[in-house]
Amino acid sequence: MTSKYTRFDKPARAENLFLQGARVIDPRRGIDQIMNLHVRNGVLQGITSEAPAGSDVIDLRGHWITPGWFDLHVHLREPGKEVAETIATGCMAAMNGGFTGIACMPNTDPPLDDAATVKWVRSQGKPFPVEVHVIAAATRGRQGKELVEMTEIVEEGVRAFSDDGGPIKSSAVLRHAVEYSNMLGARIFEHAEDVYLAEGGSMNEGEWSTRLGVTGMPTIAEAIDVARCVLISEYTGGAVHICHVSAKESVELIRNAKQKGLRVTGEVCPHHLLLTDESCKTFDTNFKMNPPLRSESDRQACWEAFLDGTLDVYCTDHAPHSWEDKTQEFDIAPFGIVGLETALGLALTFFMEKGMGLHTLLERVVYAPREILTQPLPCIGEGEAANLTIIDPTCRWTVSPDDFKSLSRNTPFAGWELTGKSRGVIHRGFAVIQTF
Amino acid sequence: MLGLADYSSDEIQTILDTSLQMRDILDRPVKKVPTLRGVTVVNLFLENSTRTRTSFELAEKRLSADTLNFSASGSALSKGETMLDTALNIEAMKVDVVVMRHKSPGSPHFLARHLESIIINAGDGRHEHPTQALLDMLTLRDKYGSLKGLRVALVGDILHSRVAMSNIIGLKRMGAEVIVCGPSTLIPRGIERMGVEITNHLDDAIQRADALNILRIQLERQTAGLFPSLREYHKYFGVTRARLEKASSPLTILHPGPMNRGIEITSDVADSEHSVILQQVTNGVAVRMAVLYLLAGGRAEPGAQ
Repeated sequence: MTSKYTRFDKPARAENLFLQGARVIDPRRGIDQIMNLHVRNGVLQGITSEAPAGSDVIDLRGHWITPGWFDLHVHLREPGKEVAETIATGCMAAMNGGFTGIACMPNTDPPLDDAATVKWVRSQGKPFPVEVHVIAAATRGRQGKELVEMTEIVEEGVRAFSDDGGPIKSSAVLRHAVEYSNMLGARIFEHAEDVYLAEGGSMNEGEWSTRLGVTGMPTIAEAIDVARCVLISEYTGGAVHICHVSAKESVELIRNAKQKGLRVTGEVCPHHLLLTDESCKTFDTNFKMNPPLRSESDRQACWEAFLDGTLDVYCTDHAPHSWEDKTQEFDIAPFGIVGLETALGLALTFFMEKGMGLHTLLERVVYAPREILTQPLPCIGEGEAANLTIIDPTCRWTVSPDDFKSLSRNTPFAGWELTGKSRGVIHRGFAVIQTF
Repeated sequence: MLGLADYSSDEIQTILDTSLQMRDILDRPVKKVPTLRGVTVVNLFLENSTRTRTSFELAEKRLSADTLNFSASGSALSKGETMLDTALNIEAMKVDVVVMRHKSPGSPHFLARHLESIIINAGDGRHEHPTQALLDMLTLRDKYGSLKGLRVALVGDILHSRVAMSNIIGLKRMGAEVIVCGPSTLIPRGIERMGVEITNHLDDAIQRADALNILRIQLERQTAGLFPSLREYHKYFGVTRARLEKASSPLTILHPGPMNRGIEITSDVADSEHSVILQQVTNGVAVRMAVLYLLAGGRAEPGAQ
């Protein structure tokens, strides 16, 4: 029986699915055409025009199928803050947002700083069509002093280390972390921030922080650390990835580093592309994040860098916080917003009109994150594991935080009208295709 | 009243005009009217203040409101209760107006999203202090008849001053020109976008201004590395009679208090015939009466107004 959408609103085995009539897009394979896909036991079968006997036929005319999206920067809060998010709810939010892979940051309580913890976190994602990669802490307890046992952690599949939530303050420790991780084929992800320059700040330093009387965090607090990372990368030959770039000075430093051929990569989040610090004027803590929303000229610089590839990766910095934590005075509330369930819609609604082609977007959200983590790239072809994101590009919807699968609701995009929504993901032998 | 940023020039004019009527009440032998009879006002001061709280309390009493004072120390806040819960509990006791002071910028905006009561900002961090700016403007208007075209220099720690911020907004809206003067480390980034001139030279400000509004300098700013010493600060940014005598015409001297005599202002300036510092204090009560009346008058008992 053919139905518009099938019943898989929870993860189900992708035993025998016939995905009919979608626009299938795989830039790396040169595929961009209307076709049918047959998935059997999680593996893509040869092209066929007729639905094989016994298959679940899913009519996806008017839909897109792309290789599975990957979010390189996610906070899952477990262990330690399960009221805000668990690994399971984070996976559900990811699959609801169209992601088949996520990389979670180590700033849990306790931090993810040893092989056993890393292994446990990865195992928690097993019931979901979402791979959970761990970016392990770079230093024990994220204290910025002793390196974690990187070799053992790399043996658990980890390819990146970070003290995210904050920077590695000591340049000597950062240097050694870059050198040691480079030996293992891994890289350091840096939350770029000079904590002394940013101390006490709750938003970007500039006209709006002055108007609002809120202590500001200058753009150079980020850029000085980016400069430090670039120099260390150049000196050591190691790879450094700059997290959630927000400032035009940072963009320029990364651009120059790339022109010199250094192994420096960067990522950008939708909120830094779509919002500015003026959004803080109502003191709504859903606009409080770190790095903060910057000025219009910073936003424009991030756009240019995102379009020209200076910023390699589109990610969310999904940072769930409970209602209680966010419903406080602006300077007291924690930094961070959720992003997994709005990123795809925001991209499809706003990025094309900025001149970003769909293929370029997929480079930033499918391939580059996995290349940075040295993971195999998803391909659409016979015999390949089905790792797919299904998109309804014309679906108009309003962001309603109450509909999130995440345990947290802290989004600045509530009420936004978006066009384009994930309808499901298929990965690791599981399928979720929403009924509606 | 969360801040002057939300107020038009007409609205500010109305408040200032109403303040004159309120000041008349203060000059009467019996300084009390039944205007806010039946209205309950809580003074929710979660940051220390004597002057502003006293001024508000007196304004409330002059208008016959029932008043309740609340301070953070000894309250459930010190036991870990959130500010929101504290405020919700107070509101559940059926208060009509919350006058609040808090160290967090935007805290009145935050409460306004959750409470039904009228909220009056009595100072939120370094964001705004609207009634202080109103009383400063009233004092200047008394002296000059109009604020339009007047040139006012704010001198001192602009970066940490809610008084400066509300003054800039209010004065600019009323057609005055504003100069901010202080060491570069105490001038916040982007303030020129608010339409003010910046100078780091007090003599320059004195030459060009009609009035100086001198802000208090706090010792802890020195320990934070924002300027080298109080001695140096006084030498280059302290307002002294000798400096003022270089001006082509006498300047009106304002200070929101409390003053550090001998640091940002010398006594011979503070107590001079050009100082309106004590008039500011009187006008403070009148302005706060006007604000309470205009915001809460509708909630008073029938016949009370």
